Amino acid sequence: MEGDIAQMGQFIGAGLAAIGSGAAAIGVGHVAGNFLAGALRNPSAAGAQTATLFIGIAFAEALGIFSFLVALLLMFAV
Amino acid sequence: MATDTPDGGLSLTPMPQLEFATFPHQVFWLIVALVAIYFILTTIALPRIAAVLAERNGTITNDIAAAEELKLRAAEAEKAYEKALADARAEAQKIAGETRDAIKAQLDEATAKADADISAKAAESEARIAEIRESAMASVRDVANDTTGALVAALGGAAEAGDIADALEAELKGRG
Amino acid sequence: MADAETSGGGIKIDPMSQFQVQPLFGDSISVFTISNVTLWMALAVLSVIALMVLGTRGRAIIPSRSQSVAELTYGFVYKMVEDVTGKDGLKFFPYIFTLFLFILFANVLGLIPMSFTTTSHIAVTAVMGFGVFFVVTIVGFVKNGSGFLSLFWVSSAPLALRPVLAVIELISYFVRPVSHSVRLAGAIMAGHAVMKVFAGFAAIGLVAPLAIGGMVAIYGLELLVAFIQAYVFTILTCVYLKDALHPHH
Repeated sequence: MEGDIAQMGQFIGAGLAAIGSGAAAIGVGHVAGNFLAGALRNPSAAGAQTATLFIGIAFAEALGIFSFLVALLLMFAV
Repeated sequence: MATDTPDGGLSLTPMPQLEFATFPHQVFWLIVALVAIYFILTTIALPRIAAVLAERNGTITNDIAAAEELKLRAAEAEKAYEKALADARAEAQKIAGETRDAIKAQLDEATAKADADISAKAAESEARIAEIRESAMASVRDVANDTTGALVAALGGAAEAGDIADALEAELKGRG
Repeated sequence: MADAETSGGGIKIDPMSQFQVQPLFGDSISVFTISNVTLWMALAVLSVIALMVLGTRGRAIIPSRSQSVAELTYGFVYKMVEDVTGKDGLKFFPYIFTLFLFILFANVLGLIPMSFTTTSHIAVTAVMGFGVFFVVTIVGFVKNGSGFLSLFWVSSAPLALRPVLAVIELISYFVRPVSHSVRLAGAIMAGHAVMKVFAGFAAIGLVAPLAIGGMVAIYGLELLVAFIQAYVFTILTCVYLKDALHPHH
């Protein structure tokens, strides 16, 4: 396969950006795990905080999606 | 934009999300769809669901109130029943007591009468027994008198009737 | 969705063609063209009508199955709006419910094989995200006047830190519509692209069972994501609205 060096750079960059998705996964796991730990200590208060849980997950996930977007842009749009 | 390699491998279509030419088209139809949903919801669906939910809440509240009332009435009925039962029990006790009293009175009367009869009869019998004894005693004396006279005569003696009677009297007294 | 094909032994994975906007008649796209976007948005609207209008047709005190679903959806979003924004947010309930239903049905309809997912397009989600942003900003200034700016001036922080925090808050405020819309489009696009990649691997004989199993798993996850993303979009709208109605931290 012959490609130019710019294309190689794109693909490497996309791959590096995809690391961010894994980092976001760690973040989401952190949010969910801490929620569970808190919920098991005080189960009666857990129900009211589900919305907060999802908001936290959404914020953590958004950054992962940004990095995914960067990867896509590098692959397809640059 | 696109990174098409003619010699196979990955062939990549550019991201359709970034084809700006289709943006006005998408935005237009999105707004049409959102406005349509909004109007359908506000004119038909939301008032209807709100009405149904309100009606259901009303029905449930009414039913609970009715159930509460029925419960109260049931409690009242139970109370009345308890009262009737207590009354009936008291009445029964009263009647039983009265009957018992009446029977006791009759019984007492009958007992008293029977006692009187019995004592009267006993007295009568005693009198008769005393009479019989009296007459028996008299007969005994007569028989003794006669026997003594006969014995004396048989032994060859002649005794006065008065002597024999006196001797008998003394003898009887001595024996007690 | 699964139209990857083998060409000369190699695999050809083309995860992006499923997002192509294609006119149903003719071959050029202008603003009013009937395209697959139109079709699937119309289907989403019809689904909303089917659930919320036809489903509740009976107006029964004891609801039928479809009416129960409609009422549960209504109650779910209503409670969310009430819990997050408070009583005074309830007058925005129809807008929020519209967004929720549209996103939910667009996401779920997009999971039908060979379908087109309208919410995977930045253009679509950005209109909704920026719509929410502008509505929230306007409501905030109309309700609180310049008091709305206290959202950026954190009065509980030490005075020296406040300008720094104000800059951060300002940036985060303006990033909101971007993240709000990119999150939805990105999550949906990522899921569909991953399924497409798995479909591409299914063309290789040995890996095929694994790839198909993976697709089934991803499909289940995507069903969850379809709902979660609608929920997240809605609840973030509620949170932003709460900031506009009660800007004091």
